[in-house]
Amino acid sequence: MDTTLRVNHLRVEYPAPSEPGGVKLAVNDLSFEVRRGEVFGFLGPNGAGKTTTMNVLLGYVNATGGSAELFGVDVRQPIARQRIGYLPELTYYYRFLTAEELLRFYARIFGLNHHTASRRIDELLKLVELDGVRRRPIRTYSKGMQQRVGLAQALINDPDLLLLDEPTSGLDPIGRMKVREIIQRLQQQGKTVFFSSHELGEVETVCNRVAILHQGCVQEQGHVSDLVAKYQCDLEQVFLKVVGYPSPPRHE
Amino acid sequence: MNRVFAVAAVVIRELIRRKDFYVLFVLTAAITLLMGSITFFNEDDIARYVKEICLLLIWLATLVIAVTTAGRQLPAEKESRTIFPLLAKPISRTEVLAGKFLGCWLAVGITLIVFYLFFGVISLAREHELPLVNYLQAVWLHWLMLGIVAALALLGSLLMTPAANLSIVILAVIGIWTVGEFLNRVAAKAGGVSGWLIYAVYYAIPHLEIFDIRERIIHGWEPVPWGAVILASGYALVYMAMLLAAAALLFRRKPLT
Ligand SMILES: Nc1ncnc2c1ncn2[C@@H]1O[C@H](COP(=O)(O)OP(=O)(O)O)[C@@H](O)[C@H]1O
Ligand SMILES: [Mg+2]
Repeated sequence: MDTTLRVNHLRVEYPAPSEPGGVKLAVNDLSFEVRRGEVFGFLGPNGAGKTTTMNVLLGYVNATGGSAELFGVDVRQPIARQRIGYLPELTYYYRFLTAEELLRFYARIFGLNHHTASRRIDELLKLVELDGVRRRPIRTYSKGMQQRVGLAQALINDPDLLLLDEPTSGLDPIGRMKVREIIQRLQQQGKTVFFSSHELGEVETVCNRVAILHQGCVQEQGHVSDLVAKYQCDLEQVFLKVVGYPSPPRHE
Repeated sequence: MNRVFAVAAVVIRELIRRKDFYVLFVLTAAITLLMGSITFFNEDDIARYVKEICLLLIWLATLVIAVTTAGRQLPAEKESRTIFPLLAKPISRTEVLAGKFLGCWLAVGITLIVFYLFFGVISLAREHELPLVNYLQAVWLHWLMLGIVAALALLGSLLMTPAANLSIVILAVIGIWTVGEFLNRVAAKAGGVSGWLIYAVYYAIPHLEIFDIRERIIHGWEPVPWGAVILASGYALVYMAMLLAAAALLFRRKPLT
């Protein structure tokens, strides 16, 4: 079995003078694996430690303990990030650039030649359905369109692994559906997708496996169907149970 | 290097698409033309006076453009969170910083050319002569000076809030322009501990006033000897390199979250 992403007993503390002990424990003894070709949902309420984990994978935050690997390479080595695409949460891309210019900028960072870049940009703008507005400044885009620009930039280098941090947060139902379709299309192309979310409906439809995170620890992980069978309820209620809320009364 | 240029190109594009530059240019032009239309001096005085005002405005406007452009870059990357997708790509923080600086410096160079073309037109219209060598020296030295200022603002943006950085850098630059060259005499007069402190400041600050040859082009004096221009260029490049190295050290250690 090919492991694309491995997190092993990861621990992350932030300096926080206001907390007892002077540190905030954001991730605590976190372990999970994502296999090649999987769509893996990383679930948890706000503040669970999802973004922190992504930040470790991207090398923005150093782990206090444990380890994390991408393609078998420790994330502290920049080379580990050669084949990834990353969509951060809530990013406002350079507002004065057009979608096309933005993608060309990122293509240059990857050292793509002009011809390859043009071809990728055409493909991606079609994939995220922004072909018609490619020459309009990003400042004029709706939230959903901005998020799709974000997806396009994450794909500019044709990555094997995608890290998406709450790709659908703040989008309307149509926007969410479009992002979901894109994720499904990427999976058909054989890409591995690791994405965080607290939108359980979409997780249920696109993910193979999930891990449910609460207060920095994985509380439960496995195939969606297995979890639903184990707890005898839908994923939303599994989630609520796992993060410790009493299940709501049933209306039958 | 291509990555550094890519980052720089975005900075230049931003300046071209923002309104600040156009507003400052129109203001400078309008004030200069207005001053030129006042007629309570005799012909000779007025030409000199208009040139003086125009150059002063150019110095102030481009100072503001250099400081705001350079000071805004890194905070804006953080604010809009674009630093995250950028650094997830194969580019180092040092390269990002180098690209930002290069972009600011080139963008400021473009604005300088536009401003000095206007100045050239004004002085040609007034005096019917164009001492090209003097003007080229003036633009070149001015550009070097603003390179130091841009590097300073970039460094400051890693240490202070954008508003504090903007005001401190602008005040410091104006302070150096006006009293920088006299500080050693002030120190000699002050004596004691404060004297030593003022000496320390005198030797630590970049002497931006040496790049100011406005007097020469206002009065139409001889060009600066080329040896002095080369020396000043070296001085400016050393200062820029030191400021950028300090900024790179800070930026590499700075937590992003
Ligand atoms: N830079 C930081 N400094 C201190 N605490 C932080 C920092 N970033 C996140 N935290 C804290 O760490 C915890 C996990 O945050 P985060 O990973 O952003 O959660 P999520 O993405 O799951 O909503 C939260 O309690 C948050 O307040
Ligand atoms: Mg988050």
